[in-house]
Amino acid sequence: MDYDSKISDTVNAIPRSGIRDFFELVIGREDVISLGVGEPDFETPWNIREAAIYSLEKGKTSYTSNLGLETLRNSISRYVTDFFRVDYDAKTEVLVTVGVSEAMDLALRALCNPGDEVIYHEPCYVSYSPSISMAHAQPVVVETKKEHGFAVQADDIRKAITPKSKVLILNYPTNPTGAIATPEELAEIAKVAVEHDLIVLADEIYSELTYEGDPGLSIIQMPGMRERTILLHGFSKAFAMTGFRMGYACAPPALIDAMMKIHQYGMLCAPITSQYAAIEALENGSDAVNNMKADYERRRNYMVKRLNEMGLDCHSPGGAFYVFPDITRYGLSSHEFAVRLLEEEDVAAVPGTAFGACGEGFLRCCYATAFDKLEIAMDRMERFVGRLS
Amino acid sequence: MQEILQLIQGDGDISRDEIARNLGLTRADVDAQIAALVADGVIIGRPWLLNEEKIEGSGVTATIEVKITPERDGGFDRIAKRIAKFSQVETCALYSGGYDLIVQVRGKDLVAVARFVSEKLATIEGVISTQSHFQLKTYKENGIIFERDEEQERLPVTP
Repeated sequence: MDYDSKISDTVNAIPRSGIRDFFELVIGREDVISLGVGEPDFETPWNIREAAIYSLEKGKTSYTSNLGLETLRNSISRYVTDFFRVDYDAKTEVLVTVGVSEAMDLALRALCNPGDEVIYHEPCYVSYSPSISMAHAQPVVVETKKEHGFAVQADDIRKAITPKSKVLILNYPTNPTGAIATPEELAEIAKVAVEHDLIVLADEIYSELTYEGDPGLSIIQMPGMRERTILLHGFSKAFAMTGFRMGYACAPPALIDAMMKIHQYGMLCAPITSQYAAIEALENGSDAVNNMKADYERRRNYMVKRLNEMGLDCHSPGGAFYVFPDITRYGLSSHEFAVRLLEEEDVAAVPGTAFGACGEGFLRCCYATAFDKLEIAMDRMERFVGRLS
Repeated sequence: MQEILQLIQGDGDISRDEIARNLGLTRADVDAQIAALVADGVIIGRPWLLNEEKIEGSGVTATIEVKITPERDGGFDRIAKRIAKFSQVETCALYSGGYDLIVQVRGKDLVAVARFVSEKLATIEGVISTQSHFQLKTYKENGIIFERDEEQERLPVTP
């Protein structure tokens, strides 16, 4: 059968994931130290896992409200008020989702008509462009640059605006660059958003893992943004809960209602076990988060130091758990560099191009890996670049 | 200082060089800070934590609840210190509640521990009563879980 003709044009048009390609190369190799993962190396803190187990023991196995358990939404509302200094009504302005991924998808599908343009900054998380396409909207890339620490500039956003521009996606701290934005940069972006009547999707998934400045800093605090921002956040990174698949969206009631329409038919509700775990995470998880964050910060400092010492120009990322060194001086493409590093030294790091064309010349190295393994990986990498120069 | 303590609490076997690399300090800095922590009595020793069940002939452990009569000068200190000096005593600490001291005693077998308790501990003037509990299995000690569950494999590359 000609399956291509059966599969929708939209899906056919989505290219293979660069991450997936690289995964195929790594899989099956022994002794590889992987700096290629995008998740914490910590297990979910025990009290959170225990809360999930307890809920199962108590027979909590039913559907929940489409919006999510009310207790959880109350906890989210309190947490967001504390962390981001903005209030959301737990009854009408909070939607519990299956990870930020679902929340992002819901927001895009709720907002976009075919042909609407969605602006996002690259290098970025791999799902933005495909998610925009699957919402039948048009992805519009704004490139970010090393000299700005990979923070998107309001002027560059302005240049990308057309009469069809409708949505702007922001992700700070950024996967894969670890970029954070300054209050001034966010204020300028907010002006553009207000001026051009854009809705902003603020993907805050790495916010707690911010090592410089105020972790709670977000576009949501800028003038005029409360009414036009959908705050997307979740538990995967800071609470080390990737497999629980828990996220949430906070926004004005009309926007949450629109997202709910899709969520109630497509997902019904987030898994109840994960929701109980999430309540425990918000109520009693902050010590564990702080300990993990302190660990990440030490590893970040070590990685940045080692990479710079071995001659790879590497800015110190303000957040997340990635470093994004510049490899251009060796005259290899990101892909060639990553493949040779893997084949010659058994270190897996993802080519920057997997996160957008402007990632060419860079490499994403994740430091959510045990310190002793990072040391070995850095030794191997040093040997590798020593041979190149 | 706080960061060094965090590191050695997580891994008692971490070397000073590793600490230096981990925190981006020089080895001399680390030595100086550890020396200060030792001088302040914050760091008091660096014992290895052994799983005695896996060591043949390592004997038995008992936890003894001890009630003692406090004294006019020094309360429980004199007797507690005296008990702590016995080589058979691994841990000796003052507690609130129904008894005063918790004393962990290690001996080559049940008889040896029982004899230590009845002949040495119970006979000390000021000791009112003792109650012994023999340890059957250790699950966690000093923050370290003895039998780790298998580590979960992460996918090698994820977005």
